[in-house]
Amino acid sequence: MTSLPPPSKTKLGLVIDLDICVGCQACATSCKEWNTQGYSAPLNDTSAYGANPTGVWLNRIHGYEVKEPGQAQSRIVHFPRSCLHCEEPACVTVCPTGASYKRAEDGIVLVNPETCIGCKLCSWACPYGAREYDASHGVMKKCTLCVDRIYNDNLEPEDRKPACVKACPVGARHYGDLGDANSAVSKLVAERGGYDLFPEMGYKPVNKYLPPRPRRDATTNKPAALPKPDGSAFDRLFAWADKLLSGKDGASTSSTLEG
Amino acid sequence: MHPAYSVILFTTASGAGYGLLALLGLVGINHGQASSLAFGLVSMVIALGLITVGLLSSTFHLGHPERAWRALTQWRTSWLSREGVAAVFTYIPALLFGLVWSGLIDAPQWIAPLGAITAVMAMVTVFTTGMIYASLRTVRAWNQPLTVPVYLAFGLATGAALLAAIASVFGRFQGFLAGATIVLLVIALLLKVLYWRAVDTAPRTHTIEKATGLGRIGLVSQWEVPHTSANYVQTEMGYAVARKHARKLRSITLLLLAAAVLLMLLALIAPFIAILAAVASLAAAVTERWLFFAEAQHVSTLFYGEKAA
Repeated sequence: MTSLPPPSKTKLGLVIDLDICVGCQACATSCKEWNTQGYSAPLNDTSAYGANPTGVWLNRIHGYEVKEPGQAQSRIVHFPRSCLHCEEPACVTVCPTGASYKRAEDGIVLVNPETCIGCKLCSWACPYGAREYDASHGVMKKCTLCVDRIYNDNLEPEDRKPACVKACPVGARHYGDLGDANSAVSKLVAERGGYDLFPEMGYKPVNKYLPPRPRRDATTNKPAALPKPDGSAFDRLFAWADKLLSGKDGASTSSTLEG
Repeated sequence: MHPAYSVILFTTASGAGYGLLALLGLVGINHGQASSLAFGLVSMVIALGLITVGLLSSTFHLGHPERAWRALTQWRTSWLSREGVAAVFTYIPALLFGLVWSGLIDAPQWIAPLGAITAVMAMVTVFTTGMIYASLRTVRAWNQPLTVPVYLAFGLATGAALLAAIASVFGRFQGFLAGATIVLLVIALLLKVLYWRAVDTAPRTHTIEKATGLGRIGLVSQWEVPHTSANYVQTEMGYAVARKHARKLRSITLLLLAAAVLLMLLALIAPFIAILAAVASLAAAVTERWLFFAEAQHVSTLFYGEKAA
C-alpha cells in the first residue's frame, strides 16, 4: 500500500559522522556483501571483470572538497549516502503498485521485489539518488536498513545492526531509534548539531548527518601555526649546521619555513 | 533525465490519440452520427490504435511488464496509477461512442452523452500523464504550472491535425477544422515557449551545498566519485546528450509547429496537404517530448558534482 502509514513512534535510522568518516568504503563493501545474499538478493554486478563494470550499490561514499572561508587549504569530507528512510517519502506515494512501502512499526522504507514492476518512478521521486535499478532483475533496489539483520534471532544480539554500522572501523556510523529523544543516537544528534540532508525538499529524512567539527589551526598550512626558532643553544647549533650543509647558497630551512 | 524511447512514443502517440478521441467526441456532439461508416470506423481505429500502441509501448520500459496490472491499484496516491486507471476506463465510453457514432449500432440519442464522457475521460487521462511529471518536486523543469497545459495542448493540437488529415482523405475537410487545428497548434507553440522561458528564468536555488548540507562550512565541489564507472543514478538522472543540442532542438520544434500551421493553411487549397501538417505536428511533439526529458535536471545530480539545479 503506497498510502503512508500514520507516523510511527519508532523511527529506526542511521546517524553518520562526517567528522570522522575516513572514506575507507568498508561500509559500502559490507553492505554489498550482506545484501547480495539477503532481502531482495542478489545485488547484481554487470560485466564485473569487463571494461565497464557496473553494479547496484545501496550505499555509496562520495568525497567532497570544501573550501572554507579564510582557509588556504581545502578540506576533504567523506560522505556516505544511502536511503534516509524519510518520514514523508515521495518514492512510496508515487509507486503505482504498492511495491514501495513504509513500515508502520519502525518507519523502514522497503521495496517488495515480488510486486515491483520496475517502472523506476520511485527513483525519479527520490532527491537523494538513493534507489538503484537492478536491470538483471527488473526491480528497484534500495537500503533495507538490514531489516534481515536487525530482527534476526539467529544472530547474536550485538550483531543485530545494519552491516554498514558493524563494518565501520572508526565508529562513524550509528544505528538506533531516532523517534526516541532519549536514545543514544538522538542524544548524539542533539549534542553535535546533526542535520537533515536537503530539508528544502520536504521529505523529512530520518537519517541524520553530524557535521565536520571546526578545524584546528595546527592542521593548516599557516606559517604562524608552526614552531619558531626561540634562540636557544640547540637552535643556534642547528642554524650553524644548516649554514654549513647548505654551502654557498645558504638557503636557510628555518627562514623558508618562516617565509 | 534519460529519455526512454518507449515513454516518448507512449506520451506522444497516446497524447495524439486522446486528443483525436476528445475531438471526435465533440464532432459527435455537434454533428451526430459520422458522415459515413468508413470515416467513423477509420478515425476511431486510428484514435484507439494510437492509444493502445502507446499504452503497450509504455510497458516496454518496465522491468516486469507481466505485473503491469498491479499499477491500477494505487490510485489513492500515485499519478502513474491514476493514469493507468483513467486509460483503462476511457476505453469503455470510447468503444461505446465509436459503435453508436459510426453507426454500427443505431442509437443516435446516445451519441452526445457518450461523446461528452469520452472527450472528458480522454482529457482526464492526458491530465494524469502530465501530473506524473508535474508532481515530481525533484525535477524543477517539470514541477511547474505549465507542464500539464503543455501536455494537454500538444495532445489536442496533434489530435486535431490527425482529424484534419483523416477528414481530407474522406473528402470531409472543412475550413473550420483547419482553423481550429491552427488555433490549437499556435496555443501549443505559445505554451511551449512560455514553458521554456519559465524553465530558463527560474532561479536554480538547489545547490550542492544545500544537498550535502556542507554549505555550513564552505563551498563544495566533488572530489571523488563513489564508483569506478557510471552508475544507474548518473545514467538515468544525468542524461546530458540532448542538453548540448537543446537550442537547436527547441528551434526545430518551433519550426515544425510553424510548418504544420502553414501546411494547414495550404490544405485549404489542396486538402491532402493536411496529411503533411499532421506529420509535421507529430514530429514536433516527438522532438518536444524528447527535450522535455533530456533537458530536465534532477536534483540528485547535485550529489554527483552538479553545482545547482
